[in-house]
Amino acid sequence: MTWTRKDLLGLEELSREEIELILSTAESFKEVSTREIKKVPALRGKTVVNLFYEPSTRTRVSFEVAAKRLSADVIHIATETSSVRKGETLIDTGRNIEALKADIIVVRHNCSGAAAMLARHVNLSVVNAGDGWHEHPTQALLDIFTLKEKFGQIEGLQVSIVGDIAHSRVARSNIWGLTKLGAKVLVCAPEILIPPGIEEMGASVTHDIDEALHHADCVNVLRMQFERDTEAAFPQQLEYFKQFGITQERIRKAKRNIMVMHPGPINRGIEISSEVADGANSVILEQVTNGIAVRMSVLYLVASANERVKKNEDTD
Amino acid sequence: MKILIKGGRVIEPASNLDEVCDILTQDSAIAKVSRGINTEADYTIDAADRIVMPGLIDMHVHLREPGREDKETVASGTRAALKGGITCVLAMPNTHPAIDNVEHIRLLKDLIKNSAYTHVFIAGAITRGRLGEELVDIAAAKKEGVVAITDDGLSVDSDALMLEALKTSQQSGMLVICHSEDKKLSKNGVVNLGFTSTRMGLRGISKESEYKRVKRDIELAEKADARVHIAHVSCKESLELIVAAKKKGIKVTCETAPHYFSLSEEDVLGFDTNMKMNPPLRSKQDMTAIIEALANGTIDAIASDHAPHTENEKDIEFERAEFGVVGLETMLAASITELVEKGVLTWLDLVAKITVNPARILGLSKGTLKEGADADLIVVSPQEEWLVEKAGLVSKSKNCAFLGRSLKGIVEYAICSGRIAYPFKNNSRKKNR
Repeated sequence: MTWTRKDLLGLEELSREEIELILSTAESFKEVSTREIKKVPALRGKTVVNLFYEPSTRTRVSFEVAAKRLSADVIHIATETSSVRKGETLIDTGRNIEALKADIIVVRHNCSGAAAMLARHVNLSVVNAGDGWHEHPTQALLDIFTLKEKFGQIEGLQVSIVGDIAHSRVARSNIWGLTKLGAKVLVCAPEILIPPGIEEMGASVTHDIDEALHHADCVNVLRMQFERDTEAAFPQQLEYFKQFGITQERIRKAKRNIMVMHPGPINRGIEISSEVADGANSVILEQVTNGIAVRMSVLYLVASANERVKKNEDTD
Repeated sequence: MKILIKGGRVIEPASNLDEVCDILTQDSAIAKVSRGINTEADYTIDAADRIVMPGLIDMHVHLREPGREDKETVASGTRAALKGGITCVLAMPNTHPAIDNVEHIRLLKDLIKNSAYTHVFIAGAITRGRLGEELVDIAAAKKEGVVAITDDGLSVDSDALMLEALKTSQQSGMLVICHSEDKKLSKNGVVNLGFTSTRMGLRGISKESEYKRVKRDIELAEKADARVHIAHVSCKESLELIVAAKKKGIKVTCETAPHYFSLSEEDVLGFDTNMKMNPPLRSKQDMTAIIEALANGTIDAIASDHAPHTENEKDIEFERAEFGVVGLETMLAASITELVEKGVLTWLDLVAKITVNPARILGLSKGTLKEGADADLIVVSPQEEWLVEKAGLVSKSKNCAFLGRSLKGIVEYAICSGRIAYPFKNNSRKKNR
């Protein structure tokens, strides 16, 4: 199949085949990072703009490295130092970037739907690097890529996602992607962190961490964000760790080869113990490495689809 | 001035009339409704294959003037109304300043007198500045001609104050219109709570935030023995409460808006801010319940909840965009398309909900074609389809939920106070109304 979308906005709208195409393209790009000269000319002469309205190191650097390994030029716009602070709207910023003849905008925004809105208003490609609580497609794709590398296929796998599901774009994108590829997804959190209707997305729900770990081939541990400055935060954190924290003791009771993932940055001792995060079941750093291949794949696919669109317009 | 409308199918719910006949207007009144009128007239309209009905009454309109003339004005809003067949609107009081005292009422009356293209009736606020703290002088508002009071956009949270408002209104013969929403429950929500809010990663507005407040408003109305009208009903549970209250003899009426019977939460999934309104688009089941309640008469009226906003306020991130959609120009066509064409309502039933029913609720002697009544009537080409496009909208604002949709029913003529107000002519506005 051929990739036809100019944008990657989420996994909800993708077909199984499209997800598989991103993954197989990523497989072929993974090798590039092991070369002595870690570069291919696939996006030479293209400009990728990182437009980040939320602080991010990991995702931003990963996209930057991915774009550079494809030989693209990369510009980073941190909104706290740009005209966004002077009140420029997202659409205006996007149009200005388009006027600079950039090819791809990688956007991170705190409002759900922001990437989709931007994509409607510009002709260049938009890659969603996380929008509000909505989707974080490349994170889910790299999680799935990491799973596939180890287990060979996704069909039939049991994946548990533990943590603040209600406010997690990582959880949503993972649920869409994994269920499309035939995995079974179980989400686990205190009741207040499970959003209504999550079952209709294809996930099952439990509030019992042992149940979540019992049959799981993989546990994806989400970052917990407690209010830091309040005195109440501490007991709350301890209580959470006691009930839902991923500890070595809990992992010992799970499947021997259970894979432990975390999208990062990790809060050691809050959602996951150091022992587990650094332990034999952890693939947290492999996820980071795979993130580059997956993002190379996404950048390459959206750029070539947009290229084809432009060519077709020319011949019309 | 005499206008003769010949050969149209006349739908006149107040007298249960649905037949082909002629209508003659003389000056500002209906002179005659019968077959074969052959009087000489100043203007004759051939209404063959057309539907003739009373000018529509839209009891929920935000004209935005005074204060937000960038969104809409009395002039632009009433022109939009005419294009939609509406000859009479109830202007909501959430303007800047709010219509909460005699001075502000007179300010608005002046604006209407000088610039309205249709009849405009005034809804005043329930509380000063719509802050929910201090009642307005309801008797004085009544004396100034205010026909209803509402803090629309907000609900009066205090039970005691709301009860007092209802009791005082009852004594003054004033109608209280309720925007039934408990903000403590709806909080910062932007779409219907449930699968939709979860899927979109947005904060949800529960149905509870609406129906719990509907329940309270009905209970207080019963206690005060007052009339109460529930605005923009969007969900099944609210309707169940209203049915029960009506059975019990409580004096409650209600309205819904075209988007609640035409659209559902599925239409919001693309993050289109023109699908963002309050209350939000609900589930398919709620939409079905609204349609059933229209058919069985639980819902008395259809009103547009015309809520114009500028592009700058709408074409932004979903959660930051304003709530509300324009609806004056699409109310009739959406109703024809979704209700008459689909066999939910007969023409008589539909026309009642947009003419005589709101007139009765508001205590207006309008919405009928009886001889001697005000000569407000419209001629509609019911089968004609049109595409809703920004460019075609007369309203200053273009935030319409039906953009890109094809609707049936075009207003060919709107006669207001015995004059042809639509199609527009230059300087067609009647002065000194």
